[in-house]
Amino acid sequence: MKFGILQFPGSNCDQDCFYAIRNVLKEEVVYLWHKEADLQEADVVVVPGGFSYGDYLRCGAIARFSPVMGEVKKFAASGGLVLGICNGFQILTEAGLLPGALLRNRSLKFICREVCLRVEHPLTPFTLHYHKGEVIRIPIAHGEGNYFAEPDVIAELKKNRQIVFKYTDAEGRETPEANPNGAMENIAGICNKAGNVLGMMPHPERASESILGSADGLKMFQSVVYWLKINRAGQTPSAPVRSAEINLAAV
Amino acid sequence: MKARIIVTPKKTVLDPQGKAVEQAIHHLGMECVKNTRIGKFIEMDIEGENLDLTRKKLDQVCKDLLSNPVIEDYRLELEK
Repeated sequence: MKFGILQFPGSNCDQDCFYAIRNVLKEEVVYLWHKEADLQEADVVVVPGGFSYGDYLRCGAIARFSPVMGEVKKFAASGGLVLGICNGFQILTEAGLLPGALLRNRSLKFICREVCLRVEHPLTPFTLHYHKGEVIRIPIAHGEGNYFAEPDVIAELKKNRQIVFKYTDAEGRETPEANPNGAMENIAGICNKAGNVLGMMPHPERASESILGSADGLKMFQSVVYWLKINRAGQTPSAPVRSAEINLAAV
Repeated sequence: MKARIIVTPKKTVLDPQGKAVEQAIHHLGMECVKNTRIGKFIEMDIEGENLDLTRKKLDQVCKDLLSNPVIEDYRLELEK
């Protein structure tokens, strides 16, 4: 499988993602420069963390107008897998590929530490290798990760099972103390309605092998590879989540 | 032409920065200050004469780039 990692001026987690995919996951991976409107036939697009365009104006606001983003939008619309991490999540919301927005952390501080996440929805292409309710440890590193959406959007997210990860304590309890940034409903990651675009503030690539403190994030990349394999084995590429669910039932 | 754009967080959005600054204002003795909201002020010079057309185009730029309609409101002032 071929992963493509977007590079904007100011991206700084691109190399971490590259390492996790090439050296740990052992899959093919290429960088995709923001000025090239070419995804180089990647099977998965990763929008990495960092401070694209210096976070000027708003995080992700300028990156969304990069030439490569037009291709990412087309790719996502055709069912292609897009994973936005941290600043990548911010870019995807600014680009309208995911609902809501990321505000300044409630504490106004940049927070860099490991957090516990509860897997809310294991039937997305990104979470197939997790169990529902499983608590995983993945680091966060952001100043603007406070997820916000209007109440009707939150209701939609719940109804369509688009909330994929929530901040919890180690026992999986969704407490205010376990919420590092003030995100609504303790939301750490969401997907689009079709399930092929996922955005999350925590960094799975920084939890890709035990020497880093946690290998819980590796399963995300493994899930993507697994999903692509079963999807290629004769399934329709549209409505990814649904077909993933059907496939899982058959597996 | 000169344009001034004021971007503020929507009323429904919590503004922790505004809150922190308001507290500091209270410490300075002005406890009458309420509802402090912190936004952005953008000003620019624009070449051309067509006020209406410029306003229309700039309004779109405000929606697409200068503000995020999910979390912010904006006010556009344009003059010759």
